[in-house]
Amino acid sequence: MKKNSSWQPTASLQALKDRAVLYAQIRQFFIERDVLEVDTPLLSQGTVTDAYIEAFKTSFDHSCSGLKKTLYLQTSPEFALKRLLASYQTSVYQLSKAFRHEGGGRWHNPEFTLLEWYRIGFDHHDLMDEIADLLKHVLHTAGTERMTYQQAFQRYLNVDPLTASTARIAEVFRQCNIELIGGETIDRDGMLQLLFSYEIEPKIGQHLPCFIYAYPASQSALAKLNADDPKVADRFELYYKGAELANGFHELQSVTEQRQRFEQDNRQRMALGLPVKPIDERFLASLESGLPQCAGVAMGIDRILMLKHNYSHIEQVLAFPVERA
Amino acid sequence: MANFSTNEFKAGLKIMLDGEPCNILENEYVKPGKGQAFNRVKIRKLISGKVLEKTFRSGESVEGADVMDTELAYLYTDGEFYHFMNNETFEQIAADEKAVGENVKWLVENDVCTITLWNGSPITVAPPNFVELEITETDPGLKGDTAGTGGKPATLSTGAVVRVPLFVQTGEVIKVDTRNGEYVSRAQK
Repeated sequence: MKKNSSWQPTASLQALKDRAVLYAQIRQFFIERDVLEVDTPLLSQGTVTDAYIEAFKTSFDHSCSGLKKTLYLQTSPEFALKRLLASYQTSVYQLSKAFRHEGGGRWHNPEFTLLEWYRIGFDHHDLMDEIADLLKHVLHTAGTERMTYQQAFQRYLNVDPLTASTARIAEVFRQCNIELIGGETIDRDGMLQLLFSYEIEPKIGQHLPCFIYAYPASQSALAKLNADDPKVADRFELYYKGAELANGFHELQSVTEQRQRFEQDNRQRMALGLPVKPIDERFLASLESGLPQCAGVAMGIDRILMLKHNYSHIEQVLAFPVERA
Repeated sequence: MANFSTNEFKAGLKIMLDGEPCNILENEYVKPGKGQAFNRVKIRKLISGKVLEKTFRSGESVEGADVMDTELAYLYTDGEFYHFMNNETFEQIAADEKAVGENVKWLVENDVCTITLWNGSPITVAPPNFVELEITETDPGLKGDTAGTGGKPATLSTGAVVRVPLFVQTGEVIKVDTRNGEYVSRAQK
């Protein structure tokens, strides 16, 4: 490894074959269910406003107008897929690269493979059922577990994340001895997210993949608020053997509410001193024309591959991780 | 010393924390849910030896620590300081009792130790993995007894006490693993 060996792949030939088999299995699964594979742009004029997702951006010097244009590498094909849903009213999936401008690690590479799909007429529980079937198909899991976000906190930390005061959550945070470096204080959602990550995640999904659903409304992203309990959103995440594998929603259809959430994201960005992002008006226009009632999910395929074949680091399933790309 | 951003964190990086130089043992990037990103870092405080876990907001930066390891031969103690020498440059350096700590019992003249320097001053002294020391006191073993039946305590010339097999006697030189303080064998003479 002393000589320049960085031209060589970090994945074994077997890992490359494992990936090819997994892709074939995924495609077979959706062919059988009549979900259409689509291919939407990786390079887009629109991007996410989420304060904690940064997109790579580049300058396009050859646009029709003659003016330089900022284009973003997509962080998830969500907006493009929803535009297709609004146009053609058909269930779709995409298996492709996504990019996030953030650090690498055991489970992270800034360029990664995402499987994202949308099912018309499904709610998030129907979609969790379908994900369980997909996991059975590719990982041979015997089933899945489901727990609400609230139940998970009550079971493992004895605190109600929805109704407890922020002071009470701060007390639990201190009791867990999470030592945070940095001057600023951490907000309620930040504490809940770290508590979940450090104290709950290692304990769930160890035997069977575990869905956590009914997230606090403040962490709803692009999910509908629950019709019976607006304190929570119809959003779920999937955890298995220490990895977060998927994030899904019963999709928000209201254009007014979606615009408010984007604006709220940008206010949060300003408060954090981050650049404000342009709102994707084409996406909002598709909601305006009418997004069918649907549920959708994005799944990290590199992580699925790691768990499928017991690879311990994402580099083992990537031909060339970012340092060698 | 330069500052390091969390993006540059990796095992082996030396940083300052609470006024003490620390070594990063493990660094894991965590991005819980849809929230902000953090670096979950396991560090060893280099003076106290304590291992701690800390969480950094990704993008934070911290001061680097000017820490380096150097290989020096142990010369002697004057009762207050322990003197070491670089066998190539013959430069000498003195470590205090605090830096030597518990490892004083493994210091053998001319043995090459790893001295960790912070801003040029020794903060820890690590002996070689194996040292050879003479037994100054141990009970005579029972005749006919064989090795591997628990053994007996033996005091070595530096004051260290290790468990040795019953057949090993006062005056013999033995080889000891300094990492766990266990007897390895009689020294090869």
